[in-house]
Amino acid sequence: MFDLDKWQEIFSTINKNRLRTFLTGFSVAWGIFMLILLLGSGKGLQNGAENQFAGDAINSVWISPGKTSLPYKGYKPDRFIRLENDDFEDIRLHQKGIENLSARKYLQGSGMATYKNKTGNFDILGCLPGEKEAEQISIIEGRFVDHLDITEARKVACIGIDMKIELFGTDASPIGEYININGIPFKVIGFFSDQGGDRDVRRAWLPLSTHQKVFGDPMRVDRMVMTTGDATIEEADQIVSDLRTRLSQRLNFDPTDERAVFIRNRAQFFQKFVQLFFGIRVFIWIIGCGTILAGIVGVSNIMMIVVKERTREIGIRKALGATASSIIGMIMQEAIFITVVAGYIGLSLGVGLLEWADNMISGNDYFLNPEVDIKIAISATILLIISGSLAGLIPAIRASRIQPVVALRED
Amino acid sequence: MIKLSNINKHYSTGSHQLHVLKDINLEIGSGELVSIMGSSGSGKSTLLNILGILDEYDSGEYSLDNTLIKNLSEQKAAKYRNEFIGFIFQSFHLLGYKNAMENVALPLYYKGVSRKKRNKLALEYLDKVGLKEWAEHMPSQLSGGQQQRVSIARALITHPKLILADEPTGALDSVTSQSVMNLFREVNKLGITVIIVTHEKDISDLTDRQILLKDGAILEKEDVDV
Repeated sequence: MFDLDKWQEIFSTINKNRLRTFLTGFSVAWGIFMLILLLGSGKGLQNGAENQFAGDAINSVWISPGKTSLPYKGYKPDRFIRLENDDFEDIRLHQKGIENLSARKYLQGSGMATYKNKTGNFDILGCLPGEKEAEQISIIEGRFVDHLDITEARKVACIGIDMKIELFGTDASPIGEYININGIPFKVIGFFSDQGGDRDVRRAWLPLSTHQKVFGDPMRVDRMVMTTGDATIEEADQIVSDLRTRLSQRLNFDPTDERAVFIRNRAQFFQKFVQLFFGIRVFIWIIGCGTILAGIVGVSNIMMIVVKERTREIGIRKALGATASSIIGMIMQEAIFITVVAGYIGLSLGVGLLEWADNMISGNDYFLNPEVDIKIAISATILLIISGSLAGLIPAIRASRIQPVVALRED
Repeated sequence: MIKLSNINKHYSTGSHQLHVLKDINLEIGSGELVSIMGSSGSGKSTLLNILGILDEYDSGEYSLDNTLIKNLSEQKAAKYRNEFIGFIFQSFHLLGYKNAMENVALPLYYKGVSRKKRNKLALEYLDKVGLKEWAEHMPSQLSGGQQQRVSIARALITHPKLILADEPTGALDSVTSQSVMNLFREVNKLGITVIIVTHEKDISDLTDRQILLKDGAILEKEDVDV
């Protein structure tokens, strides 16, 4: 019920007790502001980290050759391990539970690619068709490397969007055109985008067989990539361990030697990140709840002081004919009004600062889209308002109950 | 107007009880100007608080304007205080953050009178106590006598049947006390019952009837009862 007179009475009280009003409001606004900021930055960090994973399938497994660190069957340590096509074939034929296999070969240094009068340096990689899934490549136009390209060792290339723009411009289609890579002509069969970052779209994928023939070292494989389908973390771990055993037998290194071949299990890695961020979120919530609690205690304290301060006034008002409910109503309405306004201010400032921060630091990969669930923000505000009011309610009821004569004695 | 029979009141201070009012029997008629005299601790303020429904009594009966005032609900007590009684206190009890006019208007707020109307009435009553010029002043900007006149205006604004004044001149010098007492006499002439609690003989001499309290009991009554 809107009672203009009641509001005028409250506003005149608020207006004449500015410091008290400010302090009450400040503790509410600060609590909400900090909560929004905490939740928002936590979300920003999480978004940033998740973005780091966006480039590749999260169930992928990578195998790269390393250097042995343990002696094995008469071999000395510090021996370089070399992966070849046969190793890949062995895994492809015998390892269960994996799909989208690809073997990669890199070009030492970067390759120089030329189209007409445009030239640039790009990563030139050999691959198998499975790469498209493992690397989460999305074709914009044309197609990716296919099996026929591999068996016939065709001189074709699927290029990244940045490479395409650099060589062909934004509008022209590169499909069917020939580019020179280190002096050898390749026909462009498609171009793609990849969320993994700039480097992933400044590259050309060639058929592995072509890469091996054209750029030397015909059997060499620099990295094997595969995905584990919908394997659980435990199953993926088993696959990794099987892979290590298989390779150790073929390549003669100690199966416990983790440095002979590096096997990166992204699923496990991702899981660790998920756990880390769960931890961070819990931590943020604990701090956030602490902040809210501090706000509640602050409001309660001030409300208690307010009531204590106004005991004599309550006595006077009662002597003049105020009922207990009108006294409680007066104190509560004031408390609720102040907390609502202050809560709203804190909410707006917090969200505003997050928006501003989002604009200021755009382009930072580790902190992305700080945002806050508005439902959580509003619930927190309402919680603070309710608890602040309750904190005022108890002393208000007590004050309204005491005999006016007792209240009047307070000075 | 007022009928007290066998009123008893105790205060418990820690372990032992203090018998503040002992079997008080008293009648005060409509339109009287009465003073209740007594040294400090005689129970006179307690008696006044009971008369003003500011405090409760332990046993006996108190009727105000033929209404039994006993075990009243908060609501009723507030209503009777608001309608029947105007209070005047030794320390004035004005609200420090409200100006003179707003202070005078406050009882009307609890009667549900609109702001505009009650401020207009407040100005009229301030005029009656000679403080129209000071309507916008805060209590801290007023002298003691002026503050007491503001509180008298506040007591009068609801047209009470009874004015209760607790040491109204206790904080004032003798000249100011005289003018405040004159004001009470004028109020009394309008037909309002006025009861003044005081310990000063000069003040009680200015009333029509004196009731003397000692150790919680009525000692003697000067003049003739109505």
